[in-house]
Amino acid sequence: MERVLLDYGSGGKASHRLIGELFLKYLGNEILDRLDDAAFLEIKGPISVSTDTFTVDPIFFPGGDIGSLAVHGTVNDVAMLGARPRYLTCGFILEEGLPMADLERIVQSMGNAAREAGVLVVTGDTKVVPKGAVDKIFINTTGIGEIFVDEAPSGRRAAPGDAILISGFMGDHGLAILSKREGLTFEAPVLSDCASLNHLIVRLLEAIPSVHVLRDPTRGGLATTLNEIAGQSGVECRIFESKIPVRPEVTGGCSFLGLDPLYLANEGKFICILPQEHAEAALAIMRSDPLGADAVQIGEVRGEHPGKVVLETPLGGTRLMDMLEGEQLPRIC
Amino acid sequence: MNLFDNFKDPQLCKTLLDRIHAELDGELRFMEVCGTHTVSIFRSGVRSLLSDKVVHLSGPGCPVCVTHDSEVAAFLELADKNAIIATFGDLMRVPGPEKKTLKSAQAEGARVKVVYSPFDALKIAQDNPGDKIVFLGVGFETTAPAIAATVKVAREQGITNFSVLCFHKLVPPALDALVADPELQVQAFLLPGHVSAIIGVEPYRFLASKYGLPAVVAGFEPVDILQALYMFVTMRNEGKIEVVNAYTRVVSDGGNPKAVSVMNEVFSPCDALWRGIGLIPGSGLTIRDEYAAYDAMRVFGMELRDVPEIKGCRCGDVLKGKMSPEKCPLFGKACTPASPVGPCMVSTEGSCAAYYKYRI
Repeated sequence: MERVLLDYGSGGKASHRLIGELFLKYLGNEILDRLDDAAFLEIKGPISVSTDTFTVDPIFFPGGDIGSLAVHGTVNDVAMLGARPRYLTCGFILEEGLPMADLERIVQSMGNAAREAGVLVVTGDTKVVPKGAVDKIFINTTGIGEIFVDEAPSGRRAAPGDAILISGFMGDHGLAILSKREGLTFEAPVLSDCASLNHLIVRLLEAIPSVHVLRDPTRGGLATTLNEIAGQSGVECRIFESKIPVRPEVTGGCSFLGLDPLYLANEGKFICILPQEHAEAALAIMRSDPLGADAVQIGEVRGEHPGKVVLETPLGGTRLMDMLEGEQLPRIC
Repeated sequence: MNLFDNFKDPQLCKTLLDRIHAELDGELRFMEVCGTHTVSIFRSGVRSLLSDKVVHLSGPGCPVCVTHDSEVAAFLELADKNAIIATFGDLMRVPGPEKKTLKSAQAEGARVKVVYSPFDALKIAQDNPGDKIVFLGVGFETTAPAIAATVKVAREQGITNFSVLCFHKLVPPALDALVADPELQVQAFLLPGHVSAIIGVEPYRFLASKYGLPAVVAGFEPVDILQALYMFVTMRNEGKIEVVNAYTRVVSDGGNPKAVSVMNEVFSPCDALWRGIGLIPGSGLTIRDEYAAYDAMRVFGMELRDVPEIKGCRCGDVLKGKMSPEKCPLFGKACTPASPVGPCMVSTEGSCAAYYKYRI
């Protein structure tokens, strides 16, 4: 089996072969193909920039892999500011001994994801480190997009009277990763939801520019992201638990693992907060796209408990939905 | 609608709540002794729907919370002995002396693996024949049988690099010690569903016969919990104080004799230290001499060390239902989930942590 050698990150002939035969093959475009020290870009107006590093274990999971995730994750972050993502940069840190077939599969998957999202990978870097220095492969991507709305959505703009919408089922990605990591199988396999949301976001914002907040509830899940928004905006997020869509298999898996789906990562969903009068129109646009087919209003912004997320349970009781201290730990019983 | 949805049915819950409030005479102070109940009472919103007359107190029902400082010190000592520690996840953040935790030990190079089952730990032992693997045996009667079974399998398969640090605790002796305290102001007990699935109902009969306290073995859904509260009210009104099994879909009155027999084959009762409470006679489990080769304390020649008590911590009073969490002077100030001082704030199922996390 052909494996990644330390030579591939040397900058010498081996590196050049890797770039030519693998990276340009799947990611190439007229900007990247120039292979200058930096990419020459032309961008007008305000821009949205975001960077993220992907270290997911396992690197291949149901519904995606670290390559597609590295594109989707950054594209989504860039888009959430009301921007059209245009360019990505991409840095790889490879562990010596990584099977070349795995690397090729990952780079190919990145290329497909970038094409679907309509972004170009314009510059990149590859380092190979000795075995054990990283876990198989780490990928950093930075995204650049053009902001096309007059007032960019922000976690600081939630206001009392706003509706809180989400674009679909919560917790799929987190459970897909955990069940693969723990070797658990369910009757119906749970697939990661990882997907680029930018096309849907553009359609949504072109129709309804008055969206106040757009966020993708990735690490820490819905609960954590809502807490961030409540804190940033100094408002209460009031959430109706029975409205939050969670797949039965995710609920079941979480109950087995002692986890809460509302704290599990999503990689293809977004939270949209906007004035209540635009909620129905926004939901209609979201539902017209497969990535938002299960979109629903889950709550509203209030002023009573600033900085807090208050959950109304199906029984009509209320409780706090707090941010987690650290990672979720499986319980003893 | 599936089976579980029925036990969450809002209309049924409302009916039960209305009946509880209508038929309750005076005050009802009830205590649950299972962390899963604690969390469920908060998470479902049941707590926010109870009137002021129904007072909810959380007892010593979370195995992590009651793990004693000197036991945590033993985990950390083992981490320094270059053994691979296999543990259930929620022990990772329990602070020992000098606020050290398994998580911080891991950052310093200790080899700690979170597992979902003791059999996963045995698998690690098989996969790493050159290393010693220690499973941290913490928990009540719920987890003890599976750990006993793992020890038996290890012996049957001749696996010699696996052992268990056995700090299991037993619920009925702790309840007995608790209710014997004349200051305890609890009028009814919500008994743990999982523990009871193993030991059955008999071991709790003394609550009614010796102390005149009603007790109900209940499931964890809102309807289960409210049904138990309603049973307390009717038992009291009718003057018929009993220990009742209301979780018959999971718990049989006789428990699970097979699980109990495995547990008794490998473990024998011993005195045990409970965090915040102290020594309770006969409330722990130790590994029998026949299985000494699987007892980490003996394998590594360790002894429990005296560890000074945590200053200012009122967890003992909280665990005994004498003080509600927010009355503790440390609550939310010196003691938070980020920097827990006492056991009740450490575990996600601890009463202080539940107060902190769920109370608006």
